[in-house]
Formats: sequence, C-alpha cells, structure tokens
Amino acid sequence: MSATTAPTWVRARRDPSWIVKLFDWKPFLVFACLFPAVGLLTVFLTYPLGLGIWLAFTDTTIGRTGVWVGLENFEYLLEDRLWWGAVFYSVFYTGVATLGKFALGLWLALLLNNNLPFKSLLRAIILLPWIVPTVLSAIAFWWIYDPQFSIVSYVAIKSGLTDTNIDFINTPWHARFSLIAANIWRGIPFVAISLLAGLQTISPSLYEAALLDGSSAWQRFRYITFPMLLPILAIVMTFSIIFTFTDFQLVYAITRGGPVNSTHLLATLAFQRGIAGGQLGEGAAIAVSMIPFLVVATLFSYFALARRKWQQGEGND
Amino acid sequence: MTEPAQSNAATAQAEAMTWDSRQRRVVMLYVPLACFVLILLFPFYWMTVTAFKPNAELYDYNTYNPFWIGSPTLDHVKHLLLDTAYPRWLMTTMGVAVASTCISLFASTLAAYAIQRLRFRGSQYVGLGIYLAYLVPPSILFIPLATIVYQLGLFDTPFALILTFPTFLIPFCTWLLIGYFKSIPYELEECALIDGATRLQILRRITLPLAVPGLISAGIFSFTLSWNEFIYSLAFIQSSEKKTVPVAILTELVTGDVYQWGALMAGSLLGSLPVAIFYSFFVDYYVSSLTGAVKE
Repeated sequence: MSATTAPTWVRARRDPSWIVKLFDWKPFLVFACLFPAVGLLTVFLTYPLGLGIWLAFTDTTIGRTGVWVGLENFEYLLEDRLWWGAVFYSVFYTGVATLGKFALGLWLALLLNNNLPFKSLLRAIILLPWIVPTVLSAIAFWWIYDPQFSIVSYVAIKSGLTDTNIDFINTPWHARFSLIAANIWRGIPFVAISLLAGLQTISPSLYEAALLDGSSAWQRFRYITFPMLLPILAIVMTFSIIFTFTDFQLVYAITRGGPVNSTHLLATLAFQRGIAGGQLGEGAAIAVSMIPFLVVATLFSYFALARRKWQQGEGND
Repeated sequence: MTEPAQSNAATAQAEAMTWDSRQRRVVMLYVPLACFVLILLFPFYWMTVTAFKPNAELYDYNTYNPFWIGSPTLDHVKHLLLDTAYPRWLMTTMGVAVASTCISLFASTLAAYAIQRLRFRGSQYVGLGIYLAYLVPPSILFIPLATIVYQLGLFDTPFALILTFPTFLIPFCTWLLIGYFKSIPYELEECALIDGATRLQILRRITLPLAVPGLISAGIFSFTLSWNEFIYSLAFIQSSEKKTVPVAILTELVTGDVYQWGALMAGSLLGSLPVAIFYSFFVDYYVSSLTGAVKE
C-alpha cells in the first residue's frame, strides 16, 4: 500500500491545486458527498410526497391542472363504498398475511437453525420466491388458480377431497384468501431468513444455562428465543406490514381488484382511479389515505427499537 | 424426548439436547422442512413444466399426466422470442436495472461515507432521514411522480425509470453501506490522514477496497429490486416496445379472453432467469446484505 501511495503523496504536497484543496475542505466535501443522494431523494421522493398531498386537495385530472377543492376528495371518499371496501381489505389482507408469514416464517427459521446437511444450498433455494419478480410469480399463481385447469383442483379431485373444480378467484371471499395465500408464499422466505439471522446471534450458553435449570423445550422458546428475537422481529414486522399494506403487484396481476371490486387494496384503487381513470386528484387522495396507517406502523417500529435499547441498558447506538 | 431420572437430570438432559432419537428428528424436522421446500418451489416447477408443454397436453389432464411433459416443445419460447418484442423488453429491463444500480451505488457510497466517516454535525439526522425515506412506499408516490415525470418530459422514456428507481434503492444501499463502513477500523483512515492523504484518496484507496463485499451486496440487491419493480414501470411507460419485462408480460401477452398460458409461463420463466442466475452467483452476499440490513 505504502509503495503505491507514496509517489502520489509527494506530488500532492508539492503542488496542491485549488481543486484538491477544495475537496479536502470538510464542509465542501460533506456537501459534495451528500449532494447526489440527497438531491435525487429530494427531487424524486420528498417533493413528490408533498406534491401528492397537495394533489389530494385538488381536482387535477390528466392533462389539466386542477384547482384547490379543500377536503372535497376526502369527503367523497368517505361516502364511497369502494374506498371503504379497499380499506377493509387492505387491513384484512395485511393482518392475515402478516400473521401467516410470521407464524410460518418463524417455524421455518427454527427448522433451519438446526444442524442440517447442505445448509447454504437450502437457504439459497428458500430465498428463491423472494428474489423472483413478484409479478412473474403472481402470474404463476394466476395459472395455478385457473378456474378450469388449476393443478390444485386436479390434485384435490384425484385424491377425492372434492368432486368439482375449486373456485379460487371468481367469488369475493375465495379470491381474497387466494391472494393472501400468494402473499404469504412470497413473504415467508424474507421473514425466515431474517429471523434465522436473529436466531444465530443468540448465545448457546443461554440455552445451556436453561437446560441446567431443567427447562422444557417450550420454556426455552418462550423465555430465551422469543425475547431475544423480539427486536429483530419488530423491525422485520414493521417492514413487512408497510410493504404488505401498500402492496400492488400481486393484486394487480392476479385479480385486478375483481371480482366485483372485492379485492381492491388502496394502492390498486388509487391506480385505477388516478392513472387508468385519469382522476389524479382523487387517486392521490386515496394514496394519501394510506399514510396514517403507515405512520402507526412506523411508530410501532420506533418504540420497539427504543425498548430494545432500554432492555440492553445501552445508550445511543 | 424421554424424561430423565431426577437424580442425574442435568447430564441426561444435556445428552437429550445433543442426541435426539432419529425418528423424532425426521418427523419434527425433515418432514416439515420438505413440505416447506416443496411448497416454496412448486410454482417454479409448474411454471417450467407449463412453458415446455405443447398446447394439447396443457389443456388435457385426463389423457396426460399434468405433472410431467409427454413431448417437450420449444414452441412457446420460440413464439415469445420471434413473434413478440420480448428480446427488446429484456434489453430494456436489463439496461434500466444496470443504470439505476450504478447511479444508486455511486450516490449511496458517497452519502454513506459522509454520514459514517466525515462525522459532521447533524450526520445522525441525515442518516435518520434516509432511513425514513426507505419507509415511503412507491404506492404513495407513483401518482405525483407521474405528473413530475410528465412535466420533465421524461414520460415514456427509460430515463423516467432510471431516475425514479434510485428513490427506493439509495435509502437501502446507503443504510447497508453505513453498516459496512462502520465495521472498517477508523484507525486505518487516521494513519492515512497522518501520512498526508486527502479525504478522497482515503475513500478511493482505503475505504472502498475494504468495502468491496458491501458494495457487491448493495449492487446485487439493487439489481434485483430494479428488475422486480412494477408500479413505476406500469405508470410511466406507455409504448409497448419500451416496457419492462414484468409489465410487458402482464399487459402485452395477456390478450383477449383466451390466455396463452404456455407463452405466459415461458415469459415468466425467462424473465426470472436473469435474476435467478445473477443471484445464484452471489447468494452469500445477498443473504448477508439481507440479514445485515435488518440487524443494523
């Protein structure tokens, strides 16, 4: 290292051009380093967020700048049964899917935490559903849920569970649960691998101590594994809740909100009204109505993190 | 687990921990694990089988066993590659993913370095701000972004995607790299400072070479995330030949009431392959970035 840096060093000392000096002046350097990231995020994230909130109070449509209409959009939404349906299904979808993902994901993580042959291969295979583009796997699910040629129906009929094809996506409640199943399928790997990382940081000496005290397997899970896993569980859950609540791809790919608008999430409804229907103002209002839910989820994460620091008796960081 | 006698409970239980009966292990561990793997992989298997089945077999479960292909065919793949704009879509997706990954990596390396290493006043708040940016989902932003993209004259061009994808890539990469820079001893930089190196020289010659695994993780993650992106591509791109693979399959291949399942599945399979291959080379980096980011 020193052999390669030495010549440059000598040159830099002899002739420190103004540009080198400028880049070594800390305030400028901080500014220069932060500029690309902060600039991009300001233009394409913070500004749109503000613009979105503003649009929600106007009657903008595609091709026409709107005027301020106050709370009219929201008043309209409050009387809109479709919007209430979307709120209901978003909450229901998030609740059931999160519960399923975490129950199954935790189970899978506990299974993977054992001594297994081909552990890394197994881990790689399990992550596959998560890395493959959601829409593409959603299309595969669409095909699996096909009313006529569903492979699940075929198996069910062959094994004598039912005589007719199972109806997956043509009646409201069936469609709702089919979408949730697809979401759980996609979410399990992320939860399992994150929790597995958490499990591996738990010191084995805790389990040894508990064994010496004569604990049962359930007690070890309840009093060691679960509390130690709680901080990471809280973070993963916050992310999962936020991204499940604002999910779009899965529903758009499989049902597009149908049958009879029973599976609209807020995001798909916002797309339908805002982009496809051209009512930008109303679409923005629907999107903005997701924010309160997200704030609650984020606060949940914040307090879970605060609790972790308190538990470990550490200061900041 | 057999209940140990009270007298030598400690030793017996310790043994029970290291030695489980074989049968118990199979029932409690391997059977559920096999079920998980089976269910997680089945849609991919089904995708593959469908993609290579001739139409006659595809819609006739009585004469052919649906789980196997009687006479494999490349018809669907050929149809996809020759009769549709699929190669174009693949190229567009690849280009957009690579470009937005490069932009994000560049911006977030600098930002992470500034936040973690330059230690200016308020760096924590900038870090917190970037963390919060990660929590803003695209579903909230796509409508106002569509108007911005339109005003900037980027509507229906790949630049609309290249410039908007970093909004969800930069927060993630910055966050990941902050964690990574933290693990590099600060003493190395101090030594270089004493030797008279400038800050940028330190970044280029000391910090970055040591952070290569972190950069690779961030790069892979960004690439897969941009390949996956859907809602922006759906909202900002209109002309058929400029679409990305996920959007194009859903909007261009689904035509009329009769779905071409063979072609749809072939398209999904081909669209998943690049990420899957890319991922298989770097699994360990990927897993470490996933778990590292969560632990941070």
